[in-house]
Amino acid sequence: MTSNLNCKRQSVKSRLVSSLVVVIMLISLGGGMVGCSAERLRVATTTSLYDTGLWGYLEPKFEKEYRVELDIIYAGTGIALEWGRRGDVDVIVVHSKARELQFIAEGYGVKRVPFAYNYFFIVGPAADPAGIKGMNPEEAFKRLMEEGKKNPGQVQFVSRGDDSGTHQKEKAIWKSVGYDYEAVQKSGVWYIEAGRGMGPTLLMASEKQAYILSDLGTFLAYKGKLDLVPIIDKGNILLNIYSVIAINPEKHPKTKIEMANNLINFLTSPEIQKLIGNYGVKEYGRQLFTPCAGTEPK
Amino acid sequence: MTEIWQGFIKAIELIISLDPEVVEIAARSLQISLTSALLASLICIPIGSLIHFHHFPGKRILINVIQTFFSVPTVVIGLFVFVLFSRVGPIGGVNIMFTPTIMVIGQMILVTPILLGLTISALSGVDKAIRDTALSLGASDFQAIVVILREARYAVVAAVIMGFGRAISEVGIAIMIGGNIKGFTRVITTAIALETQKGELELAIALGIILLSLAFIVNVVLIKIQQR
Repeated sequence: MTSNLNCKRQSVKSRLVSSLVVVIMLISLGGGMVGCSAERLRVATTTSLYDTGLWGYLEPKFEKEYRVELDIIYAGTGIALEWGRRGDVDVIVVHSKARELQFIAEGYGVKRVPFAYNYFFIVGPAADPAGIKGMNPEEAFKRLMEEGKKNPGQVQFVSRGDDSGTHQKEKAIWKSVGYDYEAVQKSGVWYIEAGRGMGPTLLMASEKQAYILSDLGTFLAYKGKLDLVPIIDKGNILLNIYSVIAINPEKHPKTKIEMANNLINFLTSPEIQKLIGNYGVKEYGRQLFTPCAGTEPK
Repeated sequence: MTEIWQGFIKAIELIISLDPEVVEIAARSLQISLTSALLASLICIPIGSLIHFHHFPGKRILINVIQTFFSVPTVVIGLFVFVLFSRVGPIGGVNIMFTPTIMVIGQMILVTPILLGLTISALSGVDKAIRDTALSLGASDFQAIVVILREARYAVVAAVIMGFGRAISEVGIAIMIGGNIKGFTRVITTAIALETQKGELELAIALGIILLSLAFIVNVVLIKIQQR
């Protein structure tokens, strides 16, 4: 056993060091929390909107104009709506009309304000093994199912599989051609359910050289990393509308309704609408979003 | 394979250039995980000692349960804390969802079983004779516990290092209740998840290397303490 006296002196020193570390940590954490006192607006948004980088572009402008910290939390539409129902966020920005209307009907949202739209594409391998080029989306889905079941080695489809806005759109197309979605899920190995955000699911489809339904914005934002091309880009059913909804203060009195309304006004203001319309044009050669200031497109 | 080598190079570039975003998330990772590991240690070392030194019915079952929770998935803890602290949840009033504070709480819950369990096993490794000697020399119960903790300090600090390691490397809690908010709750692990998602593999690998380097530095400090 080492000398007890030495031990004591040294362990006092080590206790001092560790206490100092704790104090520094607590101070820095406290410092972090002081930052919390700036007003914060929590926005839940979908991965397909987040992955385009539009939020990164708009966030500093909004924060500067309204002197607020914007917390953009992204996940699938499903969990974004859930956070809205629980009052964990102040605003939701999603793209699933049917569920948004239900959300409002249930009293959780104040009003659905569409502010931009684009279209979904069916993208896939350049070789188009299922031969769907030139079809409308409904016919294409039918053909994908037929070819996929016959030849799953060549023809595959990757679904978001996560109840997101994109996934809802996909289900809607299946429904419109008369397929029960559960039957689609069980129809064979050609149909792959990913369960992740738009970006990673596109990467997976590219890896597998499979077909996939994607919004225009994310597809363009990821284009350099994908070995896929747009195959079908026309069809009314492919319309993809982004709306902003403030959480109803009657259900959740602590949510920041004033700042939420500021965000809605900001997104539908002529200046920002113009910026949204121009977003990505330089980099990608085309519009990622078409502004529609509060009115339902088409 | 070149991604890994490129990742190394990118890590060095980011460190040398002190890339501001990387510095920010590295500082935040350290802040959150060091705080949770140290706070949890302050609570768990005494409680672990109490559990070890007292005999009570169900003690063995308790230790069993503690060790079972070594394996709890981080995303499950994230879910649990989310449901507790959600606005509509029982502790929703404090409004700390998607903040660094709730991440510290989540990570403290994560490392508690490890700290408790490893403190108990550290103390079990100390010769019983030391306790008897201390008591026979007139030490109070409390003083005897301190003596034995000091004897076991190597293993106890190892427990703290383990707890810190688990805290700084976890993703499930940080993403679920932190929200990976840029500039506010983004840490190295959630940034790695996001960059991987985006297909930025080299950057993701670089961040991983940086995280390990940070852990190395923290360990050097803690080992100095361990070897007192």
